[in-house]
Amino acid sequence: MERVSTLERAIRTVLIVLVLVFFLFPIFWIVLMSFQNNDQILRIPPSILFEPTLANYTTLLTGKLQTTAGNLDIAFLKNLGNSLLLSTGSVILSLILGVPAAYAFARFKFRLGENIAFTLLSFRFAPPLLVLLPLSLYFKQLGLTDSYFGLIWIYQLICLPLILWIVRGYFEDVSPDIEHAYRVAGHSWWTTFRKIAIPLARPGIAAAGLLAFIFAWNNFVFALILASADKQPVTVGALAFVTASGIQYGQIAAAIVLSVMPTLLLALYAQRYLVEGLSLGAVKG
Amino acid sequence: MSGLVLSHISKGFKSGKVLEDVSLDVNAGEIVAIVGPSGTGKTVLLRIIAGLQEPDGGTVAIDGVDMTEAAPESRGVGMAFQNFALFPHFNAFDNIASPLTARHTPSDTLKEKVGAVARMLKIDHVLGHAPRELSNGQKQRTALARALVAQPKVLLLDDPLRNVDAKLRYEMRMELPRLLRSYNAAVIYVTQDYKEAMALGDRIAVLRGGRIEQWASPRDVYAAPASVEVAKLFGDPTINLLPATVAQGGIQLLGRAVPTPQASGAVIAGLRPEHLTVSRSEIANGIPCELDAVMPVNVRSVLYMRGPAGEEILATVGESEAAKFGREHRQVWVDFAPENVLLFDAASGARIGHPAH
Repeated sequence: MERVSTLERAIRTVLIVLVLVFFLFPIFWIVLMSFQNNDQILRIPPSILFEPTLANYTTLLTGKLQTTAGNLDIAFLKNLGNSLLLSTGSVILSLILGVPAAYAFARFKFRLGENIAFTLLSFRFAPPLLVLLPLSLYFKQLGLTDSYFGLIWIYQLICLPLILWIVRGYFEDVSPDIEHAYRVAGHSWWTTFRKIAIPLARPGIAAAGLLAFIFAWNNFVFALILASADKQPVTVGALAFVTASGIQYGQIAAAIVLSVMPTLLLALYAQRYLVEGLSLGAVKG
Repeated sequence: MSGLVLSHISKGFKSGKVLEDVSLDVNAGEIVAIVGPSGTGKTVLLRIIAGLQEPDGGTVAIDGVDMTEAAPESRGVGMAFQNFALFPHFNAFDNIASPLTARHTPSDTLKEKVGAVARMLKIDHVLGHAPRELSNGQKQRTALARALVAQPKVLLLDDPLRNVDAKLRYEMRMELPRLLRSYNAAVIYVTQDYKEAMALGDRIAVLRGGRIEQWASPRDVYAAPASVEVAKLFGDPTINLLPATVAQGGIQLLGRAVPTPQASGAVIAGLRPEHLTVSRSEIANGIPCELDAVMPVNVRSVLYMRGPAGEEILATVGESEAAKFGREHRQVWVDFAPENVLLFDAASGARIGHPAH
C-alpha cells in the first residue's frame, strides 16, 4: 500500500485547489458578471459583493438591448438557435460520413487509402482564411451563400477530419477477431458493424462527436464571411454587443453563460460513454 | 461426403507463400489436430475454412457443398479463437447465444440450448457476467460454448488452451474429446503442443512451412515421423539426433554397428530418449557415456549424457531408478534396440526407414 504522509496530502490539496482556481476562476467571474450591470462590472476595485440583476438575461431573451444611444434589436436567441442547428447538423452529417469511412480506413487496406485519409486530415492544417476567398466565390456561384446547408457543408472541414481520425484509432483498437467471431456466428456484415464495431468504438465516437461539436460551435470566421445576419451563430452574433455607446460586458457575460450551456450539457451527457471506454475489458485477460 | 474437405488450398501474402497445396479431409465426429510451429499458417488455414480469408487456390467443401466463395455467416461453422474474441459489451449468456440469435431461434429454445451447453462446460453460474468479470478459464469455456451451441457441422478450435493455466489445460485435455465427440462435428484442433494433439486428435496433420509434412494417426506420427523436423516436434525430451556413417550392411552409430536394410550417403539416426537403457555398470555391447546431470520431470527423470565423441544424448528413466544415479558425474553404459533407431536422410531430413524391420 502507498503511504501518504499528512504533509504530502496537504501539499497535494493546495496544489489541486490552485489549479482549479486558475482554470475555473474566469468562468466563475463571468457567471458573476452576468448578474451585474456595466457600472458594477467596471468599478475599481472590483468586488464580488453586488446586488444581482437579471437585466442582462432579460435583454438577451427579449432581444431588446437598451443603451444610452438608443434601443437596439439583438437576435441572440436566433443566433443561439443557429449555432445549435449548424453544430448539430454538421456533427450528425460528419458522423454519418466519418464513422463508416473511419471503419474502412481502419479495417481495409486499399490503394491510396492512407493518402486519402491524410488528405482529409490536411483540411485541418489549412488556415481557414486561406480558403475563404475562393470558397466565398464558389458559394456565390453555387447559390450556397447564406444557406444553412452551405454552412453545414463547410463545417465538414472542421468536423470530418476530427471524427475520421479519432474514431479510426478506436476501430483499430478493437480486435478484428471479435468481429470475425460475430460473422462466424452467422451474422451479416452490416449487423456486425452495427452490433459490434459501433458499440465498441462508441467511446471514441462520443469523444470525437463532442470535440467536433465544440470546434463547430466555436467557429467564427466561416460563418462571419459566408452567412448573413439571420444565419449567424452566437460567435458572430456576439459582435452586436459592441455598440456605439460602449461594450455591453454584462450582456456578453450572460451570452457566454447561455452559449456555453449546450456544450456543457452535451459534455455531461457524453461523459458516461467516454468513461465506458475505460471499463470495457480487452480481448483476453 | 459429410464433414469437411479441403483440396489443394494455397494462400500467399506479400511476404510470401503461407499455405501450399494443403489437402485435408475431416469426417463428421472426427477430430483432426493440426500441429506446427508458430508462423506455419495454421491460423490462416482456419480462417480460410471459416471464410474470413479467401484462398488463392483450392476449394473448401462442407458436407459435400463447395463453400469456397461463401460468406462466413452462411457456412455453419463454429470457431473458438485463440484470444477468445468474446464480445466485451455482451454478458456471457448473450455471447454464447449469438449464433442462435443469428438463426432466429425462439427465445425459450435459445435459453434451453445456452443453459445446456453452459451446464456441460460448468459456466452456468456466470452467465450473467460480462467477459471482463470472467476468469481466463471461464472466458475460454464461454468461447467454446459459443462455438458449440449451434451444433455446427464444422468446429474450428484455434489453440483454445493456449491462454489458460496449466491445471485447466490438463483438465480440458481430458474433457474435450468426450465433449467434442458428443457433438458429431468435423473438428479441426490447432495447437503447438504435441501432447495436446496426441491426446485429442484422431488424426494429426503436421504443418510446416505451409505444407502438410505428415498426415497420419498420432501413433504413426510418433513412431514413424516423416522427417527430422516432425520427430523433433513430437516428444519431450526431444529425440536424440545423432550423425551416423553408412557402413557395410548397416550404419555405424555411437561406435556400434547397426544393421539397416538400405542406406546410402549421410544419414541421421534418431533415438527416442525412452528407448535407451542406461546402466551404471558395464554391460555387454554397452556404449560408454558420461552422465552430466539428472533432471526429474514428473514421474520420469531425464539423464543428460555425453557420448563417446562428445555427442549430447538424452535418456528418460523412472524416478526411482534415476535416484540410483546420484548427483555426480559418472560413467554409464547406454544400450538401445536396433529396431528403435529412426533413420533420416541428412540432406533432406526425410525419414528413410527403420533398420531391420
